[in-house]
Amino acid sequence: MKLRMLTLAILAALAAAASGPTLAADEVVIGDIDDMSGVYADVMGAAGVEVVKWAVADFGGTVLGRKISVLSADHQNKPDIGAAKFREWADQNGLNFLLGGSNTGVNIAMAKVAAVKHVPIFNIGPGGASLTNEDCTAYSVHYTYDTVALANGTATAIVNAGGKTWFYLTADYAFGTQLQAAASKVVEGHGGKNLGAVRVPLGAADFSSFLLQAQASGAQVLGLSNAGTDFSNSLKAANEFGITKTMKPAALLAFITDIHSLGLPTAQGLYLTTAWYWDLNPETRTFGKRFYAKFNREPTMDQAGAYSATLTYLRAVKAVGTTDPDKVMAELKRAKINDLFTTGGYIRADGAMIHDMYVMQVKTPQESKYPWDYYKVVKKMSGEEAFGPITGLCPLAPAPK
Amino acid sequence: MTTVLGIPVAVILGQLMLGLVNGSFYALLSLGLAVIFGLMRVVNFAHGAFYTLGAFAALLGLQWLGINYWVSLLLAPLAVGLVGIVVERLLLRHVYGLDPLYGLLLTFGLALICQGSLHQVFGATGQSYPVPPALAGAVNLGFMFLPLYRAWVIFVSLLVCFSTWFVIERTRLGATLRAATENAPLVQAFGVNVPLLVAATYGSGVALAALAGVLASPIVLVNSHMGSSLVIVVFAVVVIGGMGSILGSIVSGLLLGVVEGFTKVIYPEASNVVIFVVMALVLILRPTGLFGKD
Repeated sequence: MKLRMLTLAILAALAAAASGPTLAADEVVIGDIDDMSGVYADVMGAAGVEVVKWAVADFGGTVLGRKISVLSADHQNKPDIGAAKFREWADQNGLNFLLGGSNTGVNIAMAKVAAVKHVPIFNIGPGGASLTNEDCTAYSVHYTYDTVALANGTATAIVNAGGKTWFYLTADYAFGTQLQAAASKVVEGHGGKNLGAVRVPLGAADFSSFLLQAQASGAQVLGLSNAGTDFSNSLKAANEFGITKTMKPAALLAFITDIHSLGLPTAQGLYLTTAWYWDLNPETRTFGKRFYAKFNREPTMDQAGAYSATLTYLRAVKAVGTTDPDKVMAELKRAKINDLFTTGGYIRADGAMIHDMYVMQVKTPQESKYPWDYYKVVKKMSGEEAFGPITGLCPLAPAPK
Repeated sequence: MTTVLGIPVAVILGQLMLGLVNGSFYALLSLGLAVIFGLMRVVNFAHGAFYTLGAFAALLGLQWLGINYWVSLLLAPLAVGLVGIVVERLLLRHVYGLDPLYGLLLTFGLALICQGSLHQVFGATGQSYPVPPALAGAVNLGFMFLPLYRAWVIFVSLLVCFSTWFVIERTRLGATLRAATENAPLVQAFGVNVPLLVAATYGSGVALAALAGVLASPIVLVNSHMGSSLVIVVFAVVVIGGMGSILGSIVSGLLLGVVEGFTKVIYPEASNVVIFVVMALVLILRPTGLFGKD
C-alpha cells in the first residue's frame, strides 16, 4: 500500500513537471522589467507591478479564456540584465507582452530583443525619444511621455513667459543629452538663445560648483536636464546658493514624488510637464485614492501609465481573439485609447502613443489646500502639439511630405 | 576682471570654497575609516551605511520625536556609535586575526543589508531635512554667495577632525590605543581592557561617519542610497592619504575636495573620476600614500 502511494506520488510529480513548459500556453503572460531597487524605484518600481496586477484583476483575470499571469524583475539600471531577462521570459515562460520601466538605456537594449522575439513592448518609464526614432521597432510602443513632449511643454511655456536665455545642467548619459537637445531646439525655435551647458556625472554628490557655473553664464533660465535624486539635489542646492533669485529653474522632467520630497517651499513656482496628474478629474482621483490607500502616496504618471498600458494590451488581445503579436500590434495601432490615463489617445506608426500632455506649475504653500495638492494646470497640450510630427528617423514611419 | 590661466579669480576663489566644503565631508568620513583601519586593521565597508544611518537618525528623530538639529548633532552619532559597538562585539571580533578580506566582506554585507532595509521601508525618493533656522541665511563673500550652513560644515568638520587627531596622537588615551594595536597582549597585561578599547574605537569611527551624515542631511535628500557612492570616493581618499594615517586622511580629504572642485570647472565630465586618477598616480609614485609611514 505504502509503495503504491509512493508510486502515485512520483507519477503525479512527473506529470506536474511535464506539464510545466506547456502551462505557459494556457496563460497570457505579462512581464514588467524595471528599476526595483535603485534611484528610480519609486517612479514605477514595485508599486508599478502592483498596478499592473490591478489592471489584470479589473480586466477579470482572464482573456480569451486563459488566465493572465504577471512576472516582474529588477534590471538594476543595467541594459544587459534587462535584455537577458526579457530574452529568458520570451524563451522559457511564454511571455506575451512586456512593460519597460525607467531608464532609456535599458529600454533601448530591450527594444532590440522585442524586434527579434516578436514580443510587444510598451516603454512606460523611459524618456528618450530615440525609442520611436532611431531605435524604433515594429513591436515597440512609447507610452507615457518622451523627451520631445517634455521640451515642447516646459521649454515653450518658459520661453513664452520671457525666459529667453538658457543654460543647462545635464545628466551625462543618453536621457540627459536627448532632453537637452530637445529643449535647445524648442528654445531656438521660439527665438530664445542657448548659452551653454555643463554635463554632470550621474549621481554627483554635490551640485554647487556646476550651479555657480550656470549662474556665471548670465542666462535667465536654468534648464535642469536630469531626473530623480539628481534633479532634487540640484534644485535644493540652487535654492541654498540663491541661484533661484537670479535664474528661473526649469524642471525638464519631474515626477510628483520629486516635488513631494523637495516640499513646496523649495519647489513652488516650478514649471514642469506631465502626462497625468491624480487630481485632474473624478476618474484620476479615484485611482489616486485607491493607490494612496495601499502605498500612502499619490501615483506618478508612470504608474498610471503602466495601469493603462496593461488594459490597452488586454483589450487589443480580446478584440482580435489571439495573442499573435502582429495581429495585436495592428489592432493597437488602430483602436483609440480611452481610460483614466488618456482620452482619445492613439498609437502612431512609429510607436509613439499620442495623447494630451499637461504643462503644470507647482503651487505655493498657500495655494496648496490638501495633501498632495501640488500642481495647477498652465496648459493642456494636444498630443500632436506635444509629441510633434513624425520625424522619418524610424524606418516604419516615413515623414509626412 | 583679473584672471589666472583664463579663469576669473572670483571663480577660482568660489570653487576653492566649495572644494573645502566637500573636502570637509571627505575628511570627516575618511578620518573614521583611518581610525578604524589604523587601530584595528579592519577595512570598514559599512562606513557609507553608517553615514546614511546618521542622516536617517536625524530625520526620524525630527519627524517622530521632534528632536531638533542641534540635539541630533550629538545624539545621532551616539546612537549610531552604539550600533557600531554592538556590531563589533557580535560580528566583527570574530574576524580579527583572519585575512583582512573577511572583515571587508562582512562589513560590505552589512552595508548591503542596511541599504536594502532602509530602501524597503522608506523607498528610493528621499526626504528633505530643513536647514536649522539659525544657519538659514547666507553671507556675501564678494566673490560668491556662501550659505551659512556650508560655512558651519567646514567649521564643525575641522574642529572634530583636529580634536580626533589630537586625542589619538597627543594624549595618554591615544598612546594606549596605539600601544594596543602594536602589542595587545602586553597592554592587556598592564591591566587595560583591550577588547573594550577596540569596541570603543570602532564605535567612535562609526560615530564620525554618522556625524557626517547628520551634517549632510540639510544639504542633500536623505535616502537609502546616499552613502553607497560616497564610500568608494572616501576609500580612495584614505589610500591617497596613506592607509591608517590620521593626519593623512584629514589633509588629503580637504585637498581632494579642492582638486575635484577645480575639475568641475575645467572638465566637468571627469569630476567623478579625478580622485581615482590621483589615487592611481599616488600609488605609482608613492605606494604608501602621501602620509604613509612604511
